[in-house]
Amino acid sequence: MRYLPLSDQDRAQMLSVVGVNTIDDLFVDVPESARLRGLIDLPKHQSEQAVERHMSRLSAKSVSASSVPFFCGAGAYKHHIPATVDHLIQRSEFLTAYTPYQPEISQGTLQTLFEFQTQVALLTGMEVANASMYDGSTACAEAVVMAHRVARGKKSKAVLAPGLHPHYAAATQTLASTLSIKIDERDTGPGRDDNVINHIDDDTACVVVQSPNVFGEIIDLAPIAEKAHAHKALLIAVFTEPVALAAITPPGEQGADIVVGEGQGLGVGLNFGGPHVGLFACTKKLVRQMPGRVCGETIDAEGKRGFVLTLSTREQHIRREKATSNICTNSGLCCLAFTVHLSLLGEAGLTRLAALNHEKACDLADRLSTIKGVELINDTFFNEFTLRLPKDAEGVVQALADKGVLGGVPVSRLTDGEHKDLLLVCATETASDEDIAAFESALSEVLS
Amino acid sequence: MSMNNQGRPTAPVAANLNDRITVSGSQALNQATQLIFETGDLVTTGVDLPEPKGTTKSRLGTHARKGEIGLPGLSEPETMRHYVRLSQKNYAIDLGVYPLGSCTMKHNPRLNEKVARMPGFADIHPLQPVSTVQGALELMSELSHWLMTLCNMPAVALTPKAGAHGELCGMMAIRARLDADGATHKRRVLVPESAHGTNPATAVQCGFTVDEIPANGRGRVDMDALRVKLDGLGEDSDIAGIMLTNPNTCGLFETDIIEIADLIHAAGGYFYCDGANFNALVGRVRPGDLGVDAMHINLHKTFSTPHGGGGPGSGPTVLSDALKDHAPVPYVVKTDDGYSLIEHPTDGSFGRMCAFHGQMGMYSRALTYMMSHGSDGLKQATEDAVLNANYVQASLSDVMTPAFGGICMHEALFDDRFLKDTGVETLDFAKAMIDEGYHPMTMYFPLVVHGAMLIEPTESESKQELDRFINSMRSLALRAKAGLVESFKNAPVYAPMRRLDETQAARNPVLRWTPPVDVQEAAE
Repeated sequence: MRYLPLSDQDRAQMLSVVGVNTIDDLFVDVPESARLRGLIDLPKHQSEQAVERHMSRLSAKSVSASSVPFFCGAGAYKHHIPATVDHLIQRSEFLTAYTPYQPEISQGTLQTLFEFQTQVALLTGMEVANASMYDGSTACAEAVVMAHRVARGKKSKAVLAPGLHPHYAAATQTLASTLSIKIDERDTGPGRDDNVINHIDDDTACVVVQSPNVFGEIIDLAPIAEKAHAHKALLIAVFTEPVALAAITPPGEQGADIVVGEGQGLGVGLNFGGPHVGLFACTKKLVRQMPGRVCGETIDAEGKRGFVLTLSTREQHIRREKATSNICTNSGLCCLAFTVHLSLLGEAGLTRLAALNHEKACDLADRLSTIKGVELINDTFFNEFTLRLPKDAEGVVQALADKGVLGGVPVSRLTDGEHKDLLLVCATETASDEDIAAFESALSEVLS
Repeated sequence: MSMNNQGRPTAPVAANLNDRITVSGSQALNQATQLIFETGDLVTTGVDLPEPKGTTKSRLGTHARKGEIGLPGLSEPETMRHYVRLSQKNYAIDLGVYPLGSCTMKHNPRLNEKVARMPGFADIHPLQPVSTVQGALELMSELSHWLMTLCNMPAVALTPKAGAHGELCGMMAIRARLDADGATHKRRVLVPESAHGTNPATAVQCGFTVDEIPANGRGRVDMDALRVKLDGLGEDSDIAGIMLTNPNTCGLFETDIIEIADLIHAAGGYFYCDGANFNALVGRVRPGDLGVDAMHINLHKTFSTPHGGGGPGSGPTVLSDALKDHAPVPYVVKTDDGYSLIEHPTDGSFGRMCAFHGQMGMYSRALTYMMSHGSDGLKQATEDAVLNANYVQASLSDVMTPAFGGICMHEALFDDRFLKDTGVETLDFAKAMIDEGYHPMTMYFPLVVHGAMLIEPTESESKQELDRFINSMRSLALRAKAGLVESFKNAPVYAPMRRLDETQAARNPVLRWTPPVDVQEAAE
């Protein structure tokens, strides 16, 4: 087996050093009844060529985003990733390193995390950020649990806006279900986010509002923040597309206390939904309640600037059952990809990327909404918007796929059947004019 | 020198620069690396993008961003150099032995990386029509088959995004099952004191209370203490379950595991096994045969997906018959027309744990690894991992002190008795390993052993490499005993950085770069 360096001769010598006769003698502590004899009923080892062929065959059975006109968003976004990003994340020293427990020989990972934290804080308009979470949805769930920790159990309610991505709401509901956190009744649908203001009262620990929301609408967070703060509740602002933050007023400037979101749109590919990278930022005041890893600046024995993992007293390996969360990992390699992509873009590149995204989406919205029976329901949007169709959106999407166009996400797929006539459509810089024209003509045909 | 607004110097302090005679700060290949915020600016970009046409009307409403973000940009060559230089300040498994116990740093085959980047896995959207992602669903189905077969368990939830998330999945399933049975008074979870810190944290996160069980003198669950807790309790007790790590954090197989499973089941509880150390069992022991009800599998540890400096992980969780109906959504089912996804909770399911279908990029890597090894290679890998750990333990037993002795599984645990009266602490010993060219072992864990040193060589190391490592460790142990304390206290001296001040970092946290404040302006 190509991955195993020991020879049979090595094994024999090593067994004699250990002082046993056979490998079975190393498994003596396993109860007799649980010892397996022979091999498990699975195929035997295969050559690199054979495995690669099998996987290529499987890969070819799916339609990749880059091979067709592609317009899906709803929490995962297709952007062009510079070749430099993938090259750098495959550097052995990044790819095959562990959590930077030994800072003297992990400065590469640590400085990158410090830069990542700073970029996330700048982008969200917040004071501090952590070194990433699993993804946006779990970051959202953790933020709600954190808000309840901040409220010291004196408030029981979390208010989730109608425009919060249903998967984010579901992940939050799951994590909250076993704790004494009550999710306020939630009515998913477009155009209702302003209603959350009426749900905020003294029992509210936090209000969770996504902007742009899952329907693409950009939400004014400031009045919601004001009402929340008047009731000593925290505003948790959510986003699913980091590129949008370069085009709209950052949540930190609108009074958010915690900002969570998905970072996949920068540097990380679609990957069928994972791994992605969760972004988590908050005010400095809340930093000791923040879950997840954080990296901090310090000096070494010679006074040189360096970086270490810090504030670990919040973490599970120190506080065990009192820890802020059970999380003991981050999305390290994905946050490296995020930070490399963002360093390449910089202020100038990201701003232009955002403008291009917005322009493509505006162009697409203009063209699709002229098709008979199609209604654009958004007043505002960044690179994603919602159409009301005269037919069941799921059927339309399937018919478009049969014509070779991946034309968006039916809302009913997210809501277990509700809003069957709504279609979420996203256009990024990767949509060419030909792609947009192809979508327009395919949708006209399907609806005619 | 400029100061940031925390009053901490933002540039290297000049104190000992006398021993740094080069202007660039170069120590051979170890170049000083400024932050991107100190080198980049707001106009540079390393990406060529077309100019927007400016022909459409903005739909941003009143929310268009005003003012700059403050993000530095670098050209492509500057970016490349910045991150390549940083990479050279990192230790990695591709550079040498990485004996971190409990973390399982094994070889990461590059075929895995190649496969994970195939467009049918990497470049597909989680909400594309199911008819257009059949290959990806087939891969998930195949992976499930391998995991269930290796574990002899009837179901697996693929979605958990890391080991700790898998723990949450298992404990949520247990809670859902208890609630479905109307057993809402069952809220006590037994956790051995040698458990991973995530175990009690997870139990609490699921709304359970934690009741610790001590370890015995052999590094295993104290069965007398366990029997006292469970004796005479019927199925209607308040026990929800037990969370046990096997092999445990001392690197030992829990010899009484079948009796533990029977006892917990008799008290009406469920058996959660922390599968972080499954790599010591694959192909030799199946958790289902031990009475396990739920166990997460760290794909990154056991099946070699790269750790990437701390993640991403992936923690599929196998479930017993009793729990399988409570698995989270989404999951893949095979139908007559191919593969289909169940995305909305049906009866029993405890719901959704994350936005999409889990860590596809890790599934493709793990399945590639499994197929490359096959049933024969996986068994051999397990045996080699256990043999390597026992070889290290046996070869160092005369100079270091094994915590428990006897046969260990895939990791060897030492304590600090051999350092007694030398003035050298476990931490100093670890830092001295860096100067020997190794990543230190795991220190001060498990907590049940004083000054613990946990070494996990994995199956990736050749005998020659192990002998070199053993020689270094012996030499360090002998130097400590010979009173050469200074070389330990000063270590590391050959690393890119000397010992970092972690106390200062925690006391006055600086978690981001801030623009330097002009000293004169600040004074005004």
